Amino acid sequence: MTNAVQLTGITKRFPGVVANADVNITVRPGTVHAIVGENGAGKSTLMKILYGMQRPDEGTIQVDGAEVSFHSPADAIKVGIGMVHQHFMLADNLTVLENVVLGNEPRAGGRLDFRAARAKIREISGSYGLGVDPDRLVDDLGVGERQRVEILKVLYRGARTLILDEPTAVLVPQEVDELFGNLRELKAEGLTILFISHKLDEVLSVADDITVIRRGTTVASVRPGEVTARQLAELMVGSALPVPELRESTVTDTAVLEVDGLTVLATDGRTVLDGVSFTIHAGEVLGIAGVEGNGQAELVDALMGIRPPAAGVVRLRGKDVNRLSTRHRREAGVAFIPEDRHRQGMLLEATLWENRVLGHQTRVPNARGPLIDRRGAKVDTQRIVHEYDVRTPSIDVVAAALSGGNQQKLIVGREMSGNPVLLIASHPTRGVDVGAQAAIWEHIRRARAEHLAVLLISADLDELIGMSDRIAVILRGQLVSEVDPGAVTPQELGSAMTGAGEEVA
Amino acid sequence: MTGATPSSQIEKHRRFSARAVLLGLAAPVGALVFAALVCTAILVVSKHSPADVVDSMVTSAKRPRTFVIALNNATNYYLAAVAVAIGFRMNLFNIGVDGQYRLAAMLAAALAGASFMDGLPPFLRIAMTIIAAMAVGAAWAGIAGFLKVTRGVSEVISTIMLNAIATALVAFLLNPNRLAVLTGNDIHTPEITAGGQVPGIPYPGTSSATVHGLIIVAAAVGVLYWFVLARTRFGFDLKATGLSESAAVASGVNVKKMVFLSMLLSGGVAGLVGMPELLGGAHSYSLNFPPGIGFIGIAVALLGRNHPVGIAFASLLWGILDASSNGLDVSGVPKEIVAIMQGVIVLSVVVAYELVRRYRVRLEQNEVGRALGRTQVPEAVSS
Repeated sequence: MTNAVQLTGITKRFPGVVANADVNITVRPGTVHAIVGENGAGKSTLMKILYGMQRPDEGTIQVDGAEVSFHSPADAIKVGIGMVHQHFMLADNLTVLENVVLGNEPRAGGRLDFRAARAKIREISGSYGLGVDPDRLVDDLGVGERQRVEILKVLYRGARTLILDEPTAVLVPQEVDELFGNLRELKAEGLTILFISHKLDEVLSVADDITVIRRGTTVASVRPGEVTARQLAELMVGSALPVPELRESTVTDTAVLEVDGLTVLATDGRTVLDGVSFTIHAGEVLGIAGVEGNGQAELVDALMGIRPPAAGVVRLRGKDVNRLSTRHRREAGVAFIPEDRHRQGMLLEATLWENRVLGHQTRVPNARGPLIDRRGAKVDTQRIVHEYDVRTPSIDVVAAALSGGNQQKLIVGREMSGNPVLLIASHPTRGVDVGAQAAIWEHIRRARAEHLAVLLISADLDELIGMSDRIAVILRGQLVSEVDPGAVTPQELGSAMTGAGEEVA
Repeated sequence: MTGATPSSQIEKHRRFSARAVLLGLAAPVGALVFAALVCTAILVVSKHSPADVVDSMVTSAKRPRTFVIALNNATNYYLAAVAVAIGFRMNLFNIGVDGQYRLAAMLAAALAGASFMDGLPPFLRIAMTIIAAMAVGAAWAGIAGFLKVTRGVSEVISTIMLNAIATALVAFLLNPNRLAVLTGNDIHTPEITAGGQVPGIPYPGTSSATVHGLIIVAAAVGVLYWFVLARTRFGFDLKATGLSESAAVASGVNVKKMVFLSMLLSGGVAGLVGMPELLGGAHSYSLNFPPGIGFIGIAVALLGRNHPVGIAFASLLWGILDASSNGLDVSGVPKEIVAIMQGVIVLSVVVAYELVRRYRVRLEQNEVGRALGRTQVPEAVSS
């Protein structure tokens, strides 16, 4: 049988950097092939080469036994290779249907034939259990649903080999199971999946073959039955993974954030957050567990003053802040690590020190009266770069030049500045490598010990259980239950998140 | 190898900025060269000698009188371009600069020419005229800002419509029964008397033309624009909103307020556009008052990359091209070739900027990758 994809001796140099060196990967057809490696190990570059976004300097790519050369992603899709990106490439203001057909519009007699496309989307969605409604606005979808739209988009274009870049980073266990179910169905139909991840348990459970990449080159090819997660981790980084855990409780009885009956309506009038009430004390981490799209984003937006609530009260240190603007809330000591750092956390085309100013425009050391204190901001950016180990040659490079993990470290460092009293952290370690993850946890722990109140939202249940003093479960916009992180397993938490004991459609 | 020593970091820093300047120049220079090539081709095809054209334009531009006219044109263009650039920095497209400055110039001219102004000291008269023009411009642009903030109306649509309304309004008011007077066949606002005029600055080599005195105001606007953008919190919020509205909102920027304020500012600067000509040359608003400067401002702002110095060079280039085009007719070449050249410059510069922007980001990513030695062998990293 010919191989679905065979990469031989792939080498890619950027000026002064070898991103990939002599990479050899053989992907059998009808299998799930996992590619594991730390962030920065060269997985992304390799996938960009396979997807036609970049061209290798050396080496060959064979698809179904025939050598190919890609000049653009369009060439890759022609031979049936499709990519599901980690950062979704969807137009928010279009419907699922419009997003899927974008760039590949079906025509019937010179007109757009949405009916056929809609039927085809329903069919694909149904046969792989993606559960995607073609007529919903992408803006209204949660992260998990957006990912399914991305997968559908690639399938719609007739891909036979799917590249999934860290697909589970945004999913909860049940969704991961669902995704893996989908992948197995795809596999059964003869499709081939390239699965990029650094979550080893998942890789071991779903993959047929595993290729490990370290520092730009393939270091091992193994079968899941032959290795343990620990061995795989050692192959990847040479050390075991850090564990999220809190030490002794630092909870005080000073209430920092009191939320009472908070209700938020969507633009179409649906209730997306329904009478949510909770209190977070100084030195306490409240974890919010929930399947993506159950009101977490709305909760965060309402707490930050980005979206006005329909009802309810938010009190910060006893003071009603409902009418305060986002800026005033930030000045009152609310720090914010957003779920999508590129959308809400930074200005990609601005320098690092300008990103240090962002969100802290009105405060020392960034501002002096109505003026920006450039010197103060730069000095403090140096401090963050140093304390948070942001790997960068200079604070004058644009944020886009940093890797995702380093961008996140800069954001965490910024938000921890200026003695916040409350931290709202959405997926603080998403897409971050092992070392940075441990560092971010340590910073949150330290701040908690100094009486920071933290609202932690995460899809990583280990992180949620390990880092929270209490966990509240959010389902369809309501806090449905509270669990003790000391006594719950990820599996139990996962079923609570989908509404245990309830009939879920 | 790791580039972590302080001296190499400083060196790196300097190289970053030297390269930034080079990259910044690459796009406009490349676009100019490309435009020159296109124009040469057009001239050759239409059987004119490119050399003759260049010759006559250069000869014309060397004449002091032409240069003064170019400088005065450039002053108008500069103000219009800054007005446009303020919007661009926020991702707001103020197409209405044209209507804003014409309405502002007309009403300010009516005020400055009114008889009660005669009794006031010159400085006060001039200041009142300028402030009135800015207020009118700001108010007219403010309508578009208000509509966008409260009703979500695209400023592109509303400012285009406001341009048309301004044209009609100016025509309505410029009537002997209302704000205008009739001198022979010429209908205009009352002549501004000497006390309300801004004297020109003589330029060596010509006595028939002077540089508009209000060129100083244009320069001041440029400095202020730079200062506000680069040094103030307001400017930071404005740039942040332009780079990513969602990130700006999350950082606490009140985007609606910023939209409204920047439309007011843009309109205020637009109100200034007609002032150098009104107070320094025409001394009344008439049908001969130069139209279309607002649209030229859009092109100049694009060419100048919304940067105060870039816009200065761009407006000077535009002014020189316009002023020297008059010399072409004499040499038998249709002067429309200049309009073609300007059009090609704008088109190619937009493309060139995007190419350079992408290249710059990639270059910087590689630079960072190299400085960090991301793909070095483990021994080299840990040592």
